[in-house]
Amino acid sequence: MKRAAFGHIGFPILLLLPQLVIIAIFFYWPAAYAVQSSFYAQDMFGFTSTFVGAENYTRLIDSTNYINALNFTVIFTVLVTFFSLGIALLLAVKADKVIRGAKTYRTLLMWVYAIAPPVAGLIGVMLFDQSRGNITQLLAFFGYEYRLGVNYWDTASAMIVVSVWKQIPVNFIFFLSGLQAIPQSVREAAMIDNRSGTSRFWDITFPLLAPTGFFLLIINITYSLFDTFGIIDTIVKGEPGNNPLTLVYRVYVDGFRGGDLGGSSAQSVVLMVLVLILTIVQFRFLERRIHYT
Amino acid sequence: MAQVTLNAVRKVYPNGAEALEPSTFTIPDGELCVLVGPSGCGKSTMLRMVAGLEDITEGEVSIGDRVVNDIDPADRNIAMVFQNYALYPHMTVARNMGYGLKNRGMDRGQIAAKVREAAEMLNLTEFLDRRPSQLSGGQRQRVAMGRAIVREPDLFLFDEPLSNLDAKLRNQMRIEIRALQRRLGTTAMYVTHDQVEAMTMADRIIVLSNGHIEQIGTPNEIYEHPASTFVASFMGAPPMNLLDAEAGQGRVTLPGGEVVPQAGVNGHTGAIKVGIRPEDVAPSAQGDLSFNVDIIEELGAQRLLHGKMAGQDFSVAVPKDQEAATGEMRLALKANAVHLFDADQGRRLG
Amino acid sequence: MADITETRVTATPVARPRKRIRWDHVADHAILIAGALLMLVPVYMVFATSSWDAITVHREGMQFGFSDQLGTNYDAALFEYGGFTDSVNGVTMLANSLILGLGFAIGKIVVGMMAAYAIVYFRLKFATLAFWMIFTTLLLPLEVRILPSYEIITSITVFGLYENGMGNSYAGLIIPLIASATATFFFRQFFLSVPEELIEAARIDGAGPVKFFIDILVPLSRTMIAAMFIIMFVFGWNQYLWPTLITTDESLFTLVRGIRQIVQSYADGSETPDYGQAAALAIIAMTPPVLIVVFFQSWFVKGLTESDK
Ligand SMILES: Nc1ncnc2c1ncn2[C@@H]1O[C@H](COP(=O)(O)OP(=O)(O)O)[C@@H](O)[C@H]1O
Ligand SMILES: [Mg+2]
Repeated sequence: MKRAAFGHIGFPILLLLPQLVIIAIFFYWPAAYAVQSSFYAQDMFGFTSTFVGAENYTRLIDSTNYINALNFTVIFTVLVTFFSLGIALLLAVKADKVIRGAKTYRTLLMWVYAIAPPVAGLIGVMLFDQSRGNITQLLAFFGYEYRLGVNYWDTASAMIVVSVWKQIPVNFIFFLSGLQAIPQSVREAAMIDNRSGTSRFWDITFPLLAPTGFFLLIINITYSLFDTFGIIDTIVKGEPGNNPLTLVYRVYVDGFRGGDLGGSSAQSVVLMVLVLILTIVQFRFLERRIHYT
Repeated sequence: MAQVTLNAVRKVYPNGAEALEPSTFTIPDGELCVLVGPSGCGKSTMLRMVAGLEDITEGEVSIGDRVVNDIDPADRNIAMVFQNYALYPHMTVARNMGYGLKNRGMDRGQIAAKVREAAEMLNLTEFLDRRPSQLSGGQRQRVAMGRAIVREPDLFLFDEPLSNLDAKLRNQMRIEIRALQRRLGTTAMYVTHDQVEAMTMADRIIVLSNGHIEQIGTPNEIYEHPASTFVASFMGAPPMNLLDAEAGQGRVTLPGGEVVPQAGVNGHTGAIKVGIRPEDVAPSAQGDLSFNVDIIEELGAQRLLHGKMAGQDFSVAVPKDQEAATGEMRLALKANAVHLFDADQGRRLG
Repeated sequence: MADITETRVTATPVARPRKRIRWDHVADHAILIAGALLMLVPVYMVFATSSWDAITVHREGMQFGFSDQLGTNYDAALFEYGGFTDSVNGVTMLANSLILGLGFAIGKIVVGMMAAYAIVYFRLKFATLAFWMIFTTLLLPLEVRILPSYEIITSITVFGLYENGMGNSYAGLIIPLIASATATFFFRQFFLSVPEELIEAARIDGAGPVKFFIDILVPLSRTMIAAMFIIMFVFGWNQYLWPTLITTDESLFTLVRGIRQIVQSYADGSETPDYGQAAALAIIAMTPPVLIVVFFQSWFVKGLTESDK
């Protein structure tokens, strides 16, 4: 709040009203409804629902489908985060270093941000298609029979590759702006102290980029968990079958395909808790970050 | 035109900090009154309460014969110049200056005329169509002044308006602001932490320290009769020397046993502070006080000799044509050179 | 003095270094070019493929070269009616995407700026409470509460305006997506960084809350609004899950939603899908957001790096 803030009462309430009404109806109500439904079981047609306590949750733990999805989500998240951060960091460091063509490289490396995940997924489907995909043919040339939608890990790898591809631009933009925020004087001081470019990177640049990196870590985990829905949905062509699925995709499959409101809601609640934990971690870090600058 | 009166005005911030103890004074119509003191002493707080930007915890502020405690800043008929100028970055100089008039519903032609008049006064005419970002620091400062002038206010409020300028420009603007205020005859409150600004510009100075008023007076009164050791050391550059001494048997004695001349103690005994301005002593072979010079600082027009007197830090200012060397020397006092303060409270004695 | 100048003059030609190739610079460029190609080639292939007939693509996969079907494919993708009900073509979907992108971006910015203004510039008792209520929405993405959101929105009736719930309506498509406070948070951060003295000067100049907002704060926020607009437009345009659920009426499909239809016809395998046409539709779906991001790059980068903190 500003020192000399206005003292009016009615006007600011009027200003806040649209936001508050929208979040009350479209955020708090559904969130509360999810928590409530997670303790009820609905019949097939949604006419009656009975209180079942924690049964929806215990059902999750016993469900191999769910545990598989959990395992896959962890692997998927780790790999997507690692590769998209790693590749983006490499590119950002190089883009920060070159003088000629810096702007062109920046443009060429970030525009994919604007492509919708399902469109990226569609490109993936066409590249990895079991019979006519270009990458499938390339792999066949090397003697590997790649079978998208049939072989579990083949499908998973397509999902990971496309998800990494789609996420590199965001990470690149943040790393580059993080690098450009390092003051010229610090770089010059480092140049005088240390003649090796590599060790300068690890001693000076990398620690100074750590805040950006940590922030991106959270962003990438959130991305892997939620924003990849469109990629996964297109790659499995809307047919879950025996394909690898993430937790969010299971919420959707069980809720909308299986008609299991209770089970789907319980999964939602589990995800909410997960996101809350992530956010708390992020905040603890944000506090630290303030001391950094 | 108006006089300004604060009647037992006190400020406690919501976090419980008392930024200003109850303060009472009147600034007569047409005077320029400088509030001076170190950073954090409550100068801005006082000014902002007069402006209406800060609630008044206790007491009354009047501008003219009107109590303004509950009057909106826009209706107090004041104008304020901020340290960072607070120009509207997206408006041209002309629109910046005219915005307040526009909000009063004045018609365009009239606004344009007033803006042009003020711009001429401040040599801003050729910049009227520029944005603040296209101006130098000094020009921005002028625009802020112009914005204040066109309103034809009862009272100008300045909050460290020159602090963001370099030294040379600061000296020049100081003179211009002073001349302008004289010409317009508008009452002004001027906040600064720079004692030179205070001494050179003020009709009347209010020295603040830690949320209370140490002294109110003309620059001359403040310089000649500082009311406390705080005022004595804050006002004047280089600052007044303050020496610990003993009073007794009608005399003041320094720790080494030398007697301070001119010191009438009228009955005071025990620990005491002796204040002597560096420019109020002069080297003289027959001088009463001994002084040991360690360092000589050349300032061009004068020299500063830093060293010890009776084991305590002491400085002497001598004109440039007077030779000086490190080592022992004797000093003689000029007339009325000695100020005495009580050792506990630092209040002036006699 | 003369000495020094002379030495320089004679020394210069001798000391001029031979121009050498800096191999580390070459390596830097090689890595960057490889990265750029990684981004570019797949999309280029989609574009090239959009110029081919279905049979070739069906046999050989995506193409590198161009053929002569470009016009035919884009014509079909844009103007040929399809879907189960034959009620939607590319142009309809383009219009819907535009409505979603614009509606989302404008709605979010307007609602967010208003709320942020109230929180930062007014002495409201419950400002902190309101801030936390709004801020909490940043924690849970729509995907997490998707089913209950769907249930509520399809059953809600707003003053008889939506008798059968808000499903299959633009409002039902857009408003629930606005129910997160990214823009509010972004503008709050920005308003907090605006110098304190500006509102003080404006108040002395006689500006009330409405005048200050319109005369000073909004013009001051222009760059921020532009940056936020680009991010939000792209975000809205690219929405997938929510439009998929909430619109079953094909005339409300967006381009990105339309991609799902293509993929499903892929999965059916009943007839040869029209690959060239599908590629054309994919290009149409990505072109507007890509152009916006490329052309307004500096605003976009500013909005992105300053909003997510
Ligand atoms: N909004 C505020 N809330 C709490 N304390 C404040 C506030 N503004 C100023 N103060 C405190 O009041 C004292 C006086 O501040 P100020 O009037 O700004 O000093 P000056 O202008 O003399 O440097 C300082 O100790 C400062 O920390
Ligand atoms: Mg101040």
